[in-house]
Amino acid sequence: MALDYLSKIAWFRQAEIAPSAEIEAASLRSDRFRLEREVDWQRLERIVTALEKGRPGRISDDDLLDLPVLYRKATSSLAVARETSLDAAAIAYLEALVQRAWFQIYGPRETLSGWLRGFLGGGWSRAVRAIWLDICIALFFMVAGTAVGWLLVSREPDWFYALVPGAMSGGREPGADPEVLRQSLEPTASADGLSVFAAYLFSNNTGVAILAFALGFAFGIPTLLLLISNMALLGAMLFVFVEAGLGYEFVAWLSVHGTTELGAILLAGAAGIHVGRSMAFPGQRSVLTAAQGAGVRAAQVMAGATIMLVVAGLLEGFVRQLVGEPSMRLGIGGAMLAVWCLYFTGMRKRREQAE
Amino acid sequence: MTRLQSAIQTRSARRERALITPEGLALPLRVASRGSRALALLLDLMILFFGFVIVIVALVGVGLNLDSVEGLAQTPAGEVIGIVFILALFFSRYGYFLWFELGARGATPGKRLLGIRVAARGGQRLTTEMVIARNLMRDVEVFIPVFFMLGNGFDAGLTGGAAFVWLAVFVLFPFCNRDALRAGDLVAGTFVVEAPRAKLQDAMSLAPDHRQTYRFGEAELSVYGEHELQVLEGVLRNGDEAALHEVAQAICRKIGWDTGRSDEREFLTSFYAALRAHLESGMRFGKRKKDKFS
Repeated sequence: MALDYLSKIAWFRQAEIAPSAEIEAASLRSDRFRLEREVDWQRLERIVTALEKGRPGRISDDDLLDLPVLYRKATSSLAVARETSLDAAAIAYLEALVQRAWFQIYGPRETLSGWLRGFLGGGWSRAVRAIWLDICIALFFMVAGTAVGWLLVSREPDWFYALVPGAMSGGREPGADPEVLRQSLEPTASADGLSVFAAYLFSNNTGVAILAFALGFAFGIPTLLLLISNMALLGAMLFVFVEAGLGYEFVAWLSVHGTTELGAILLAGAAGIHVGRSMAFPGQRSVLTAAQGAGVRAAQVMAGATIMLVVAGLLEGFVRQLVGEPSMRLGIGGAMLAVWCLYFTGMRKRREQAE
Repeated sequence: MTRLQSAIQTRSARRERALITPEGLALPLRVASRGSRALALLLDLMILFFGFVIVIVALVGVGLNLDSVEGLAQTPAGEVIGIVFILALFFSRYGYFLWFELGARGATPGKRLLGIRVAARGGQRLTTEMVIARNLMRDVEVFIPVFFMLGNGFDAGLTGGAAFVWLAVFVLFPFCNRDALRAGDLVAGTFVVEAPRAKLQDAMSLAPDHRQTYRFGEAELSVYGEHELQVLEGVLRNGDEAALHEVAQAICRKIGWDTGRSDEREFLTSFYAALRAHLESGMRFGKRKKDKFS
């Protein structure tokens, strides 16, 4: 290695002088203690600095092998210095050094890609299975929200305008001409411009999902309200299309991306409810520990929901606009639903299977 | 000590936490102050904001129509830039903090500048899930209130007021607990601590020994304690001439000496060495003297 070669040249070698003459000169016992050890401290500091800068490649093999020993030497020096030395500057240095080394040695052990592999290979599905009860609760409220939207609009069409923002309806409203409604379900002729649309949908939907999770903090109630209001919109829309005799086509149109997207929103809502529920009913644990355990589990579910929303954005932006046949659309949507269900129930870690 | 000084001291003492390492050593950790955290956040937001201003200015300079999604999609190059732009907006909102806090320093550039970092509460290992959880919550705590303010949410009447109160709960959350936890910290099991970096200063007793000239007896050395020793150490390391003179005068008054017009630094260095030797030998026998009053 070029670096090994460089370190043989005196100029590149970093200070590894043994200050024997200085140790003799020091009149205080505690200063002699410190001078005998400070070479090791500074070596540890160099290693820790390289780790902090994210350049572990710069650490030589010898340094890496000695790291645990150097760390323990520094902690022991600190323990001794606290009891024998009154050199405030040296103790402050050691405390900062040991703290920095502690964060590196006992810090996160995985790289981001390693975490992602473990996450996709079982961590995500396990977290989803762990919050099954919250998923059931979220599903119930989503179905209830849809029903509410349907019932409200079927009784009094004016509710539609309260539930669906004007910009979103785009002519799709109660009593609209069935031909206009059918037009809105038609695929577009080409894929031009759809990729921007897909990216836009993704970032927008993920925002909603993250909001559903974050609002769970207030005991889950705002999350439920968010789920109900979003699903009421869907129920109102559904009623409009069914009334025009386009129920099958609308469900097929929606299912292409909807099974994935609604699945992601279901998971995000469930994650929010999970956090809120553990804070409201912590059981034997303190509220803080309960919130932390739930938060970490819910964060995994949320990271997965983001991935689902990327898939949903692609399906919505491309596939739905290009595939026009309702049965084909329904087939794609159903297949996606089956894939997700199989993944969440079937994907287990090897260790988990052995147990 | 003035009342202000003692008030500052008790406040900063309230932020001290101990971290017990697996080696059984108690390391002091200090919870970062709310002010430095707010400033770090402001710095990060400014970095993001100016990053975007630069990108937008560059794109407009190239001659692109950024008004609408449809306008962008008209040309193939515009389409690619549109996707990248929307994704960049998204990742700067959710990815920036995540990426930097997952790094070895556990801190965003703003936090790094202010010398603070993220750590797991209770001496645990900081995990990827914790960092994800605390940054997902950031959305309701930072971005939505900011957009609410920018969008003039107060005008919306009763709902606007309710939303304001609701968001204020999140924003004021760090002021309602000892560890200055925001809601995201609470959910993730993390907190933000000071990450001090200290340079190793020179050893003090390396200067030539002057105990030939100054001999301090038991009576003179038992006047002061550890606190005064550390103040003296600070003065000597600072090397401010006026302060040296003042301190030398005060010590001479206290121990009843008259050094005449000798070199103050020489006198103080040897007094420091003698006092430290005296106090440290007491320490070895388990006798500690906290300050001059004890």
